[in-house]
Amino acid sequence: MKTTETLRMLKPGEQAVIAKVTAHGELGRRIRDMGLVPGTRVTIMGRAPLKDPVEIKLKGYNLTLRNNEADHILVQSGEE
Amino acid sequence: MAGANLTIALAGNPNSGKTSLFNALTGARQHVGNYPGVTVEKKWGAAKFQGGEVTVVDLPGTYSLTAYSPEELVARDYLVQEKPDVVVHVVDAANLERNLYLAVQFLELGVPLVIALNMMDVAEARGLRIDEQKLGQLLGAPMVPTVARTGKGVQELLATAARVAAGRQEWRPLELSYGHDVDHALTELTANLEAGGRDWQPLGPRWVGLKLLENDSEIKKQVSRDPVLAAETEPLRQRLWDHIKNTMDDDPEGIIADHRYGFISGLYRQAVTETRQQRLELSDRIDRVLTNRLLGPAFLLAILYGVYEFVFWASEAPVGWFEQFFGWLGGAAEAVIPEGLFQSLIVSGVIDGVGGVLGFAPLIAFMFFAIAIMEDTGYMARVAYILDRLLRHFGLHGNSVIAMIVSGGISGGCAVPGVMATRTLKDPKARLATILTVPLMNCGAKLPVYALLIGAFFASQQANMLFALTLISWGLALLAARVLRWTLLKGETAPFVMELPPYRLPTLKGLLIHTWERTWQYVKKAGTVILGVSVIMWALMTFPGLPQERAAQWESRISAAQSQEAKDGLQHQMAQDAVRYSAAGRMGHALTYVTAPLGFDWRTNVALVGGFAAKEVVVATMGTAYSLGEVDPEESQSLGERLAKDSAWNPLMAFALMIFVMVYAPCFVTVVMIRRETGGWPWALFAMGYTTVLAYVLALLVYQGGRLLGLG
Repeated sequence: MKTTETLRMLKPGEQAVIAKVTAHGELGRRIRDMGLVPGTRVTIMGRAPLKDPVEIKLKGYNLTLRNNEADHILVQSGEE
Repeated sequence: MAGANLTIALAGNPNSGKTSLFNALTGARQHVGNYPGVTVEKKWGAAKFQGGEVTVVDLPGTYSLTAYSPEELVARDYLVQEKPDVVVHVVDAANLERNLYLAVQFLELGVPLVIALNMMDVAEARGLRIDEQKLGQLLGAPMVPTVARTGKGVQELLATAARVAAGRQEWRPLELSYGHDVDHALTELTANLEAGGRDWQPLGPRWVGLKLLENDSEIKKQVSRDPVLAAETEPLRQRLWDHIKNTMDDDPEGIIADHRYGFISGLYRQAVTETRQQRLELSDRIDRVLTNRLLGPAFLLAILYGVYEFVFWASEAPVGWFEQFFGWLGGAAEAVIPEGLFQSLIVSGVIDGVGGVLGFAPLIAFMFFAIAIMEDTGYMARVAYILDRLLRHFGLHGNSVIAMIVSGGISGGCAVPGVMATRTLKDPKARLATILTVPLMNCGAKLPVYALLIGAFFASQQANMLFALTLISWGLALLAARVLRWTLLKGETAPFVMELPPYRLPTLKGLLIHTWERTWQYVKKAGTVILGVSVIMWALMTFPGLPQERAAQWESRISAAQSQEAKDGLQHQMAQDAVRYSAAGRMGHALTYVTAPLGFDWRTNVALVGGFAAKEVVVATMGTAYSLGEVDPEESQSLGERLAKDSAWNPLMAFALMIFVMVYAPCFVTVVMIRRETGGWPWALFAMGYTTVLAYVLALLVYQGGRLLGLG
């Protein structure tokens, strides 16, 4: 079953596919520049010691973003 | 000849090995400057090729070519205005898809492009098989595999670049499809943009139209210079935005980016084979430990403390050599130049001033060496990752902590390298807030003042007192940053979204070039201004000299004195009289109207004025003002005893003075660096002003508040 949620809700070790980016302007652009575009598979690598920001892996590299930035990324997770 | 007068622009993502390739191409023949109006570094150098020389310009590392960041604008403007013969785009082969996103934008612009497929060794080790011939053909730009760290492929790269540069001059933009809606709007826009007869060279009307649809602030500004054109194009742009908003709940900017990535992933599937499943890289396993919930912060503290210890330990000896050398030079000058004003100018003004600047140089060199190690290994990004949550409360960035520690977060640092260390901060407002608040930390030059006053008035509480001062300075710096971010530096924080590059072993060559570059910049730029200011400070303490008859009176009393001891005492009294009579002394007297509520008399004021030159001067000047002769800041017991016995002094006043010294105007070396790093005097002057006002208010509260409580 597929469910849509935001990137923030995922736990370390989980994988998901980006469905939509809801941020606009500079943040929206930065998120997409880094390759977070619909259809991209991401893996949650972990969270910083204070639970924020979050570290993810996509397209073979590691990226970190704040939880409130991850809110703008909708993902589909679960079994396909 | 192929290589003659060739200019190559080197572009690429941060962490793609662009700097290594630049070093491999140019060796040590590099120049560093700033792009006008922004604090973005401009680097260029010469590469040897076929017996001639090729100019290589290292563009700032960027992920994209938008108008959102100064680096990206600088890179774009450079290409458009300077039209380099060829752009060499350095691509991390192990991270190909994201790196090619920038390549697509160069192709859209149409610049002659060669792609350096760098770190091929890493890509192969990860099981990636890249058909660079095919990829190059599909993309329309030749690809040359390189390993910049070893110099492999560099000559082939130069040859290919020269061939491409010789092949064509005009720009040939790649026309991608961005989906039906955008394409349609883009065709209309292009027609409009061409209608006026303008060809928009070298950009091309389609690219200008594309940027309009992407809501690019710079291109919008350019187009709006023609009101007729703006009136035609703006409705088209707006219509597409509304349409995409209504039909897809998105914006054209996003759609365009998605299509670029779509194009890339098509190429990637055709030309790259992943021979094995993605697995946990060594780097990820290191991160398991270094960013672990419990171990991460522990390692971070240990590493930061280690950096601090290393820098001050390693620079101790060279700093000593510089001191000795300038001491010797001063002595030699005294011996050669006849006693008098000129001697005093050369020894106290010029030699002490230049010595002061160069005295910092080893400290700065080792600081940047340590920072270069943290940057080149990839640990710096982890520091930001671990600390961001904490520092965001104060409107700062995770990386601000480096600058704060270097500046004296662990007592004994120095704000000069601290201000320079903020260069690793990408968020402009957080960076400015960091620059403006690091001077509040307890730098090494404030310690002698604390040592003197704590020794004299808080002898039983030495360690506690120093610890309290450390906490106070951290608290004040963080609070000041918070207030600045609420007021003058209000506004959105820049996106944090940041790459965590894989851990890499730095090369010694890279580290040394990095260190040398920044140290030399400091010596060169700061040196000239600092020399001037130190001469001014000298003049303030020297002029006007004592009137002739008063000086003659002292001379005769000194020569009439019986013992050497009496002679020395009189000499010191004469020096005190001279300082009192000088411009600085008069300022000190005039300032008592202002500083009386803090309990400071003219002697303290003179010392504080002198402290603007360097905080070490505070203790030395107080010695002169209390007619003890110049007091060595390291051994100030005599002055301490003198103050402790003085009925005008008490512990409360000493504490107020320590707070004042901690907070008031940064020394002028720091001010000069702030000017340099913020790109102008306004922020440098603001840093002097706000700290002094804050120092005054705090010292007033301490002194008057303490007296109300019956402490003084």
